[in-house]
Amino acid sequence: MSELAIEREIDRSQMKVSDEVAIQITKMNKWYGAFHVLRDIDLTVNRGERIVICGPSGSGKSTLIRCINRLEEHQAGSILVDGTELSSDLKNIDKIRSEVGMCFQHFNLFPHLTILENCTLAPIWVRKTPKKEAEEIAMHYLEKVKIPDQALKYPGQLSGGQQQRVAIARSLCMKPRIMLFDEPTSALDPEMIKEVLDTMIELAEEGMTMICVTHEMGFARQVANRVIFMDQGQIVEQNEPEAFFKTPKSDRTKLFLSQILGH
Amino acid sequence: MSDKNVSFVRTKMLPQSEPPIGQRGVVKWIRENLFSSWLNAILTLVSIWLVWFVVSHLTPWFANSVWAAESLSQCREIRDATIGNGVPSACFAVITDRWQQLLFGFYPNTEYWRPVLALVLFVVGILPALFTAIPRKFLIGTAVTPFVLFWLLWGGSVWTTAAGALGFVIGYYAFKLLTDRAGLIVGVGGAVGISFAYWLFAAGPLGDALHSILPIGIQYVESKNFGGFTLSVVIGVSGIILSLPLGILLALGRKSDMFIVNKLSTGFIEVIRGVPLIVWLFTASLILNYFLPPGTNFDLMLRVIIMVTLFSAAYIAEVVRGGLAALPKGQYEAADSLGLDYWKSMRLIILPQALKISIPGIVNTFIGLFKDTTLVVFIGLFDPIGLTNAIRASTNWNGIYWELYVFIGLMFFVFCYSMGRYSLYLEKKLQREHR
Ligand SMILES: Nc1ncnc2c1ncn2[C@@H]1O[C@H](COP(=O)(O)OP(=O)(O)OP(=O)(O)O)[C@@H](O)[C@H]1O
Ligand SMILES: [Mg+2]
Repeated sequence: MSELAIEREIDRSQMKVSDEVAIQITKMNKWYGAFHVLRDIDLTVNRGERIVICGPSGSGKSTLIRCINRLEEHQAGSILVDGTELSSDLKNIDKIRSEVGMCFQHFNLFPHLTILENCTLAPIWVRKTPKKEAEEIAMHYLEKVKIPDQALKYPGQLSGGQQQRVAIARSLCMKPRIMLFDEPTSALDPEMIKEVLDTMIELAEEGMTMICVTHEMGFARQVANRVIFMDQGQIVEQNEPEAFFKTPKSDRTKLFLSQILGH
Repeated sequence: MSDKNVSFVRTKMLPQSEPPIGQRGVVKWIRENLFSSWLNAILTLVSIWLVWFVVSHLTPWFANSVWAAESLSQCREIRDATIGNGVPSACFAVITDRWQQLLFGFYPNTEYWRPVLALVLFVVGILPALFTAIPRKFLIGTAVTPFVLFWLLWGGSVWTTAAGALGFVIGYYAFKLLTDRAGLIVGVGGAVGISFAYWLFAAGPLGDALHSILPIGIQYVESKNFGGFTLSVVIGVSGIILSLPLGILLALGRKSDMFIVNKLSTGFIEVIRGVPLIVWLFTASLILNYFLPPGTNFDLMLRVIIMVTLFSAAYIAEVVRGGLAALPKGQYEAADSLGLDYWKSMRLIILPQALKISIPGIVNTFIGLFKDTTLVVFIGLFDPIGLTNAIRASTNWNGIYWELYVFIGLMFFVFCYSMGRYSLYLEKKLQREHR
């Protein structure tokens, strides 16, 4: 995979990592039947961090971030999000989900609702925001992702890149404190990848706490403050991007990087 | 040859001319669609012959029909006198003579306006639910319609119906209050319990009391007087309207992770679906009496409506389950990740899409249900088919078959065809909207 160049200068003035812990994962394990997908995951994410997770296919990256908003259930260990423990308690799950936004590889917009309705649905029904106010918030974020003029169209009428930006706006309308991205650009053409990455960079510049599963190494290099390498359900290595790409420690990381960067 | 006289470009346009006869209009269409190959030509000729055969036999029967007569034998006499001896001729006089009975059964004939008005109100009342162009606030009218229809059809004191309707209002508020305080399961259970307690103990006396203060009422009509299309439509429409929500709940139950709910829904669907409707109707008419305390008079028509509803709900559940299964997993996950709870994500995200996919199947089930209402003839209710026997039992119309069945068939066709057209309209509209 070649690296997509990020042309613009990144404004780092707001990108501050605080001491406050946003997500704390300790000794987390997960099985699919007899298959041990996640092994002893320990991960602490502070507020304001921008973390990129990479690793070979099937290494459990998606599973890990899906555990953070309980789309998948973990069987051992603990996950604390904003101090709330994820257990089978539905109240906690709903609370965490409304604080944590998520973007999927295939966008998962609601095809029977307009772009605007996609964005206002959760604020209205979960946050009980009045409709008018919700629409204002939605238009604000649609402007931010640069597609306010599409608000009344249906998702099927938009390009992939536009759809993914709507998906990001839809999550932002809930004013989440943490954003999760699961390969947000891997279903897109290069041109569209750029527009989605730009949106994500802007988000990072505003100080959003982000965890991204992605193979966009240019993004990792310039935006992330920490890159995590996973293999076979374990966190093999994590480091600052500079060091991670220049001096990877483990052989598996080296092999993976040589494959993905194409030399 | 001088250059001056010769031009390379035509200076005058040719007049427009039609393409050759074989390449235009009807001839072209016929050639392309009916005689494009030998096989096609043979099929066309055979089809033309078949159509001609059927039409040529039926046309005289219809064309020579007799519309005014007192009895079948009089019909024959009129035919022999005016058209010719033994010529095929329909005796539609039976319809002119007995149409009221076919439509209303044994409903008192001074009260025929009531079922007619009920049908009109039903159509008007259901419009806001069928066509989204109508402002949503009219849906309140739709919610009130069933009670108005009930009162119109069965009559009696208006207060009896009002007191009964109040039970639903009580149930609704009980549900809201309890769900807020103690969760969904307590909410549903409490609401059902409170409503039934009210209906059993309070609704009757309350209705009577109000009636003694301000008597307003119309003639009471017993269920056994219902018949003909009134009966079919009342059973069919009640079944259709009640079975849709029940079927949706069963489909959700069958997909649920909760063990008990899942097994109960699955068992219910399989048992109901695995046994013929006629058996359930006999169950309704005979066996239920053994289980009910002696002396309770549980209206037969109500029992039939319940059975028909349960039966069609089982089918609807399977159709809707197919729609649910067709939705990509991502839709469920997106709804979850936005923090929508189960009922909200079902109502706002999943069901609108799943039901859209299921429309053809649902309408198909409804059409089936409506026609199956003719089975009630076997448990002694007088649906249109049952009435044909009653009509033949009179000496005047002994021996008449086809004319009655043609009429009944036509009436059923009108209802079922309209349902089919509505489903097409809905599909097209949703297609346009969502693309
Ligand atoms: N529902 C499931 N049931 C059983 N096994 C599963 C399930 N979902 C994922 N797996 C397995 O778990 C492993 C990790 O999957 P996961 O989707 O997390 O990988 P990934 O790192 O995101 O890979 P990719 O880069 O291809 O998206 C894979 O081996 C996969 O086959
Ligand atoms: Mg993945």
